[in-house]
Amino acid sequence: MLRYLLGKLAVLVPTFFGITIVAFGFVRVLPGDPIMLMAGERGLTPERHAQLMAQYGFDRPLWQQYLSYLGDLFRGDLGTSLVTHRPVAEDFLTFFPATMELGLCAMALAICIGLPLGVLAAVKRGSWFEQISMSTALIGYSMPIFWWGLLMIILFSGTLGWTPVSGRISLMYYFPQVTGFMLIDSLISGQAGAFRSAVLHLILPSVVLATIPAAVIARQSRSAMLEVLSEDFVRTARAKGLGPAMVVGRHALRNALIPVVTVIGLQVGSLMAGAILTETIFSWPGIGKWIVDSISKRDYPVVQGGLLVIAVVVMIVNLIVDLLYAVINPRIRHG
Amino acid sequence: MNKLAYLCGAAALALAPAAQAQVLTVCLEGAPEIFNPELTSNGTTAYVLGQIYDGLVSVERGGSGIEPALAESWEVSEDGKTYTFHLRENVSWQSNDAFTPTRPMNADDVVFTFARMMDPEHPFYEVSGGNYPTFNAKLADNLDAVEKIDEHTVAFTLKAPLAAFIGTMAHGSIGITSAEYADAMMAAGTPEQMDLQPIGTGPFQLQAYQTDAIVRLLPFADTWGAGIGDDLRTPMVDAVVMAISGDATVRLQRALAGECLIGLYPNLADKETIEASDTVDAVQTPVASTGMLHFNFGEEKFQDRKVRQALAQAIDMENLVEVVYSGMGHVTGAVVPPALWGHAEDIAPWPYDPEAAKALLAEAGYPDGFDTQVWAVPVARPYMPNGRRAAEIVQADWAEIGVTAEIVTYEWAEYIQRARAGEAQVGMFGGIYDFPDPSQIPNNYLTCSPEGKTAPSNIGAWCDDGFNAVMREAGSITDQEERIALYHEAQQIVHDEVPVVVLGGADTITAVNKSVKGYVPAIFGSSRLSGVSVE
Repeated sequence: MLRYLLGKLAVLVPTFFGITIVAFGFVRVLPGDPIMLMAGERGLTPERHAQLMAQYGFDRPLWQQYLSYLGDLFRGDLGTSLVTHRPVAEDFLTFFPATMELGLCAMALAICIGLPLGVLAAVKRGSWFEQISMSTALIGYSMPIFWWGLLMIILFSGTLGWTPVSGRISLMYYFPQVTGFMLIDSLISGQAGAFRSAVLHLILPSVVLATIPAAVIARQSRSAMLEVLSEDFVRTARAKGLGPAMVVGRHALRNALIPVVTVIGLQVGSLMAGAILTETIFSWPGIGKWIVDSISKRDYPVVQGGLLVIAVVVMIVNLIVDLLYAVINPRIRHG
Repeated sequence: MNKLAYLCGAAALALAPAAQAQVLTVCLEGAPEIFNPELTSNGTTAYVLGQIYDGLVSVERGGSGIEPALAESWEVSEDGKTYTFHLRENVSWQSNDAFTPTRPMNADDVVFTFARMMDPEHPFYEVSGGNYPTFNAKLADNLDAVEKIDEHTVAFTLKAPLAAFIGTMAHGSIGITSAEYADAMMAAGTPEQMDLQPIGTGPFQLQAYQTDAIVRLLPFADTWGAGIGDDLRTPMVDAVVMAISGDATVRLQRALAGECLIGLYPNLADKETIEASDTVDAVQTPVASTGMLHFNFGEEKFQDRKVRQALAQAIDMENLVEVVYSGMGHVTGAVVPPALWGHAEDIAPWPYDPEAAKALLAEAGYPDGFDTQVWAVPVARPYMPNGRRAAEIVQADWAEIGVTAEIVTYEWAEYIQRARAGEAQVGMFGGIYDFPDPSQIPNNYLTCSPEGKTAPSNIGAWCDDGFNAVMREAGSITDQEERIALYHEAQQIVHDEVPVVVLGGADTITAVNKSVKGYVPAIFGSSRLSGVSVE
């Protein structure tokens, strides 16, 4: 097991350096520079532009800039935003809980909707339920998030007035951010109605963000269930006289879950992608919106620091998953 | 964060229903970048910081005149190079957890504010990056010295007369900062805090900023406006809460749902939706901005005036303005917009006449037209809410006279870089007036130096000696009537020489809840929330 762990960790080191190169190089290959962008249409003279580029150290050769960046990283310094002049690490810690909160709620919702829908569609194969649920899943899968989000806002917030339009909590509540998770902080605050407001604000963005993953999970669950339901052991279970609930719930679903769990894991990536749009529509101050804004402003330290931290988080999650596989399946750690 | 402010704010908001606290909620289109106005030229940041800081002078509420602010009065020397400001007395500074002022604002604060931006050796020069966009663009090259004459008198010496100096000083980025606060932060080893935790003299002070989400302001009871009994500079609400909502449709929905009492910059096309609402008004305000199509003088065909005129005459400008600005635009051929003094009302666009345009092209040697590009700005700007749509209309109009235009666009940062590099054959570009002086856009977008070096935003590289001479003269005298005459002459030259086609400009709308009283959107700079109440 130790050998397996060391092997995995050894792979992380070159991966980390690879990520630093990509994060550093990515924003610099884009045309335009932060100084020119800050000046906007007003512009600035070439002399002043050159002076500011030198002041920020952007006139140095790229390899020198990269080494400075690495040096800062090893000192634990992710840099400071060129635009807001706040430390990148501080901003990351502010935005990350917001994205996590939204992502976790959306994933929970996607599983709660997608899994039963897919299982029922498989069990009721050929029925109107299967037709409707799978057609809905297809529509959900093809839904442009931006349009879908606006539509939901106009319907549920604008026309029906059931949910707030956007934000994480009503503007009338004010309490210190302890964990960054609004649901928890609103409970800690003890302010009457704050938690309810936080929950109401989570509903629409979670539904929008969960739409595509729910559709994918529903389709995958259906096909996995169909495959399992035709297996001999399911026929045997039925032949033994077990009831449909026992056959489906105990025998078929447990086996069908293996590919479904893999798909759920893969949806984390699409959740991150969807979070960028969802956060923009719902004025949700999360990591996706932060990075996209920084790219459009060519805020080099934020882009290279933010991307690196996100990549490291994904690496760590993958490492944990790999280790879990090894724990679950001895063939992997001895392979 | 200021604990006292937090407790006061929390109490004010928590007791809101019982005590009927007035909370003014505003939906902003973006987040403030920083909390020191010197370090940014971003409009949203200026809106927030305009409530916290004051300059020596300011733009009058909802107008374009200049009025006293921290300076009660000023005078100009005969040679036009020295401006002496007499400061208001007993102007209090705000305070926070880390700083309590021991003295009112005085000349030392003004000298400190400018020394930080002017002197690379100043201990604060490089704090927070050392980039002062407005100061660098408008004053750095011409400001020679800022000297304290006495406790309440400061003299600014220029290298050359600058007619727009007072207008520039009214820009929100030239807010006065506290020298005493700077010293305290430097002594504490946290100089950057003065740019993140603002201390100003304005009607509101920062209570809290939840990054990229909410800005909370509390009234500053000791603000000088309240001291002199000026209701329009006195905070009238118990708190201001600004929510950041990037999407215009969402901002409007929030305003319609009552989540925000003021929703900035909804889409122009949504005006009817707002007007149909029982709770929200659409407040229409002129915008001092100019959008243009720049002909690239590096292209041989565009060096021929007949070609430029032909292309100008081929555009149905009435139709373009109606479609692109959703009925809220103005058709003009003048570079200075109608919202600003100096606008040449009598200069109309070239009349729409495709036949005359074809004849001109034939005279210029292009009877069958030619291929070219038209660049479309990729982002909504006050001078151009829909660049793509405008480019499509131009493309269709030019096709009528045999000119085939390919529409080109890039992501905004790349667009600016390529346009500045002279890559646009016909480039859409424009600007917003930062302060009420007509010199800004003609100078930035159309002039060049006597040595032929083009101004930073002159993307077509037009260089006309006559025009440059008029602009230089207008910029060196202070008599407004004479300047108006000169700017009229300059606008006529632009119209006659057609280096650009003026695309008109639009008003802007703000969604304002009917319970809000006294809100007047600014034409220049930031709209003031002092003097605004909620019923």
